[in-house]
Amino acid sequence: MLHTFVALVEDKTGLLARVTSLFRRLNVNIISLTVGGTETAGVSRTTIVAEAAEERAPRIMASLYKLEGVLDVDDVGRHSAVIRELAMLKIAADQSTRSDLFQLAEVFRARIVDLAPESMMMEITGSASKIEGLVQILLQGNYRILEMARTGRMAMRRGHHASRVLEALGDTSPRIDPKTLSGTLKREAPDLLEDENHA
Amino acid sequence: MIMDKREKESGNHRNSPDTAIYTQPTPLTGAETVWATLVGEGVRDVFGYPGGAILPVYDALRKFPVRHILVRHEQGSAHMADGYARASGRVGVAMATSGPGATNLVTGIATAMLDSIPMVCITGQVSSKVLGTDAFQEVDITGITLPITKHNFLVRRTEDIAPALREAFRIAQSGRPGPVLVDITKDAQQNSAIFDFAAAAPQPYRPHPMLSADSTSIREALELLRTAKRPVILAGQGILHSGAMEQVRALAERAQIPVACTLLGLTAFPASHPLNLGMMGMHGESWVNHAIQQADLLIACGMRFDDRVTGSLSTYAPNAKKIHIEIDPAEINKNVRADVGLIGDLREILETMLPRLPGRDGAAWLHAISAMKGDAAVHDIQHLPDNGHLYAAHVINDIWRVTKGEAIVVTDVGQHQMWEAQYYKHDRPRSLITSGGLGTMGFALPAAIGAKVACPEKEVWVIAGDGGFQMTSPELATIVQEQLKINIAIVNNGYLGMVRQWQEKFYDKNYEGTPLLSPDFVKLADAHGIQGTHVRHRAEVISAVETARRHPGTFLIDFHVEQEDSVYPMIAPGAALHEMIRRPKQNPLVETATED
Repeated sequence: MLHTFVALVEDKTGLLARVTSLFRRLNVNIISLTVGGTETAGVSRTTIVAEAAEERAPRIMASLYKLEGVLDVDDVGRHSAVIRELAMLKIAADQSTRSDLFQLAEVFRARIVDLAPESMMMEITGSASKIEGLVQILLQGNYRILEMARTGRMAMRRGHHASRVLEALGDTSPRIDPKTLSGTLKREAPDLLEDENHA
Repeated sequence: MIMDKREKESGNHRNSPDTAIYTQPTPLTGAETVWATLVGEGVRDVFGYPGGAILPVYDALRKFPVRHILVRHEQGSAHMADGYARASGRVGVAMATSGPGATNLVTGIATAMLDSIPMVCITGQVSSKVLGTDAFQEVDITGITLPITKHNFLVRRTEDIAPALREAFRIAQSGRPGPVLVDITKDAQQNSAIFDFAAAAPQPYRPHPMLSADSTSIREALELLRTAKRPVILAGQGILHSGAMEQVRALAERAQIPVACTLLGLTAFPASHPLNLGMMGMHGESWVNHAIQQADLLIACGMRFDDRVTGSLSTYAPNAKKIHIEIDPAEINKNVRADVGLIGDLREILETMLPRLPGRDGAAWLHAISAMKGDAAVHDIQHLPDNGHLYAAHVINDIWRVTKGEAIVVTDVGQHQMWEAQYYKHDRPRSLITSGGLGTMGFALPAAIGAKVACPEKEVWVIAGDGGFQMTSPELATIVQEQLKINIAIVNNGYLGMVRQWQEKFYDKNYEGTPLLSPDFVKLADAHGIQGTHVRHRAEVISAVETARRHPGTFLIDFHVEQEDSVYPMIAPGAALHEMIRRPKQNPLVETATED
């Protein structure tokens, strides 16, 4: 099955190599990997999507924890979470096809971010299936995709869950008591943006 | 400041440390910082080999009270640091230059990694200005050792040396121990910075929240203990790391639970203790493995269910609940599913459990195990008639008898290692030093040097095969140069014995690549100025061992043992733990029983 791990790591040279080397060592294939900044200076957030048997997840997490510089690990796939991916597509388009593509973009809530005489660039954010849906429609419509770039998944748990480690690092932003929250937080809360438009 | 004239006393220049540098920040070169930090961390001995990229550090050595042991190959320095750590529990330190010096450490680092040994390796690196240009003797050693170290550092600036080294010591010792490598560029060694030992202190070890045995799990474990009819404690090396020998013993004695040991856990529970069953696994005695297979509860203490102790996982202890007490959460449920996983320091967890331990009557189960021993119990090999053959088991058992079990025995890897585990009874913690996880041939001689340097008051024995001994035999010269007293027993059967045994059992006796020609080891010793003797008959064993012990210097005995002897019992790879190949009848060492 696909696991989505979020690891908060110190922003230091070589740490990413340690993380990826671990997956290689455990013989687990990384499907996608995104790295970027967080609300805390010096802490990077890596989102790793990997294919592995379900029972292997705890050991992968524990092994990640063991790496020096890894501050916290979460298997967000096991919790209610918002999962997003961004894709940019450059599509061959001239005057005759442009307006159809504009319509398609609107249906998929994609944005046209570049327009050239013979091509246009679309930016789309959503779940992997939404992006793949757009690609499928484009290909079926005989459009030519000149280039595609995808970020891979980013994920964040719903509700007021936050990293214990970040709290320990001094994140004191006020929180609702988790006990009072549990009643109102539906574990399988609908993904609002996702439901709006799925072609 | 810290300068002193070089003292040339017996190759050992111990100067009195100037404590002022630890109380007030002082400018030091990077090279001086290396030694000052090591001394501040309590290091007294370093095993190393100089070279271009580490020369500034060597140049500064004379100012510090550290004994440097010059090795003959950097692999030896890593094994020595490893043996030093295993014998003493302190962090072992190895030092090498860049490039080939660093890569030669790799086998020794991997050996320490697989066996969770606290070790710090310091390597020189080319100047930071030429990093990444394939400069002379440049190699990406932090990249190479990434998967075989607990952590590693590439230090490019002088001011980062002390913090990196201090953190390396913290990482090497905390949680599940392991090797750490610190690679320091030559310019970082040459430049100067303010040395502030206190400010370089690492973040204190913060166990992850996962590292907590919650009260519910402990209650569940106690409940399993209360209802168990046939429990067995599995004792691993984690007991030594945690210092939980007393607690495990209390658990066994109060609840009357028999104890089976892993190879690395052999010294964690006294061999002579009536509850000690002996070593489990591939070459464990039959009653030990049968007890595990018939158990209804296994209490695994600081061990990791290695494939060499479980046999086939699908048939492993099928009726047993498992309590797994382990500091590394990545080991829980890795090979064997734990019914209760207690993650944390073994001693702390056992101390929480012991006051609440339910009383139980273990007599029936202990009696059943004794009955299993019955015909399987090895005849006392000392009472077997001399049939003109010299068996390794005799040699090792005699060494045990003559040394009264009080020596530190350092083994290599192979048949002699398993015979040592079977026939040398260890009652003292850390008295067996052996490469378990990686199975590194060539380990024994250098590791024994490390053990002797760590524990000069102890009697140290090397037991090695003729194959493994030749892998690192140049370290004999190190022994002489350092004036160490080590007793060396070579179990010489003219084969790579364990491989030959596998060829005999699983490859139709096709002895390809295993017959082994060796030099005359006594002459080899003599060439180093080390005395030695050959032993070919059983009657000569004890007197040779006594001669070796009496001799003031290192002494080597070449035991010419039976060539095609095998280690029994044996579990074929992939077979179930109870499907042992038992000792054959015609083997004079054995019990009369044959089957099951």
